[in-house]
Amino acid sequence: MIELSHVTKSFGSNHVLRGVDLVVPKGQSMVVIGGSGTGKSVLLKCILGLVRPDSGTITLDGQDVAQAEREAFLARFGMLFQGGALFDSLRVWENVAFRLLRGPLRRPKTEAREIAIEKLRRVGLKPETADLFPAELSGGMQKRVGLARAIAAAPEIIFFDEPTTGLDPIMAGVINDLIREIVTEMGATAITITHDMTSVRAIADRVAMLHGGVIQWTGPVAELDATPDPYVQQFIHGRAEGPIAAVR
Amino acid sequence: MTRAVAALGRPVLAALAAFGRVAIYAAQTLAALVRPPFYGREFLAALVHIGWLSLPVVGLTAIFTGGALALQIYAGGQRFNAEAVVPQIVAIGMVRELGPVLVGLMIAARVTSSIAAEIATMKVTEQIDALVTLSTNPMKYLTLPRVLAGTLTVPMLVAVGDIIGIMGGFLVATGQLGFNKAAYIQNTLDFLESADVVSSLIKGAVFGFIATLMGCYHGMQSGRGAMGVGRATKSSVAGASIMILAANFLLTSVMFGS
Repeated sequence: MIELSHVTKSFGSNHVLRGVDLVVPKGQSMVVIGGSGTGKSVLLKCILGLVRPDSGTITLDGQDVAQAEREAFLARFGMLFQGGALFDSLRVWENVAFRLLRGPLRRPKTEAREIAIEKLRRVGLKPETADLFPAELSGGMQKRVGLARAIAAAPEIIFFDEPTTGLDPIMAGVINDLIREIVTEMGATAITITHDMTSVRAIADRVAMLHGGVIQWTGPVAELDATPDPYVQQFIHGRAEGPIAAVR
Repeated sequence: MTRAVAALGRPVLAALAAFGRVAIYAAQTLAALVRPPFYGREFLAALVHIGWLSLPVVGLTAIFTGGALALQIYAGGQRFNAEAVVPQIVAIGMVRELGPVLVGLMIAARVTSSIAAEIATMKVTEQIDALVTLSTNPMKYLTLPRVLAGTLTVPMLVAVGDIIGIMGGFLVATGQLGFNKAAYIQNTLDFLESADVVSSLIKGAVFGFIATLMGCYHGMQSGRGAMGVGRATKSSVAGASIMILAANFLLTSVMFGS
């Protein structure tokens, strides 16, 4: 279980997180929604330790993440970045098997390659893709490779940062379905951040809405449409009028 | 008056703070050297990129500089009947000063810029964050192999540059100025001392360290977007060039000041 308590983070005078409280139960898929620039990515980066919160605590299974042994802590995570964040200088299979080629999870090269090809197959990519470089792939293929890399070492927790941004609706649907299938079959805890409502309905067990630096609403995805929360209603219906200022 | 002092002090403090940050980054890089893991494949790639692929630019710079130096010394020496010192001055000029400095500056132009742009792009596209989430320390994976490769290969490039520069002077002196080939080589060998060569190699190692460190540092500090990458690249080359010239003065003062 991941638990955030009163987490704050500012960049200069920009107070991005103003006291975030959020609980993500083990094995659940939590989707964090919110407008652009509301701090969704910062929230994920705070949990991973890529950004240090100004105050508040973040615990993983009851242990403060700030006190955790870094390598062992990160080994429990996989992450799909918004732009894929694939390493340009490495071939696709080397990207997918990155963790399996170095560090404590190191495997023989042939075995790592086989695992990478299997993961590529799992995300719907042919084995021939393995020897290409990321620059030779389309945006949708790069997202799939990023997804294959995120799951390659069978992590307990997977983060998805805007997994469908920049993709056409069909490819976005494919990625959403893949995420849902993979999270279910691995039994992983997942946090996805998105402002794509189709993704929310496809991926989420629970939804949390981040606005104004705090979680405005959280609940099961089935209650999303029925909630009277004006922030959620404005967001999910894409209305310009409401408590969320249209110009930020 | 207070405003004028403040206006003067602000950039000085900013420069000192920037120098302090680079010094801390350098210390962290050196500390990473003694802690596992060591990424051998990245180190070998850096050796090829910094050392082998810089040879053409270093060679061309050195040969033209050596040739021009011979012409200048001959023309200047003629004014007081000292044109015979061309071999000696070309050798000492190339080995003690021009070889290391020119190679250092060419490395700053070619390697520092490329390292800064590459790492800055990695930062902008979240590849650095991805490295961290994959339990890989960017300092050990990106910075250390490049800085180590620069520190080890630039002295070799300087040695090659020194030899090619002297050869440039030799070709001009014997082909155009009428010097005897055997006498030119003999004068060069007789005049050069091992201390000259050692000083050249030490300067090369220091300049290689500075050039690669500044590329990594500015790449890691890059701001967002294309402008951030451009600014990181520009700052890295300017910073590395100035630091190389300053370090050259300091090293020359220490090694030859007395």
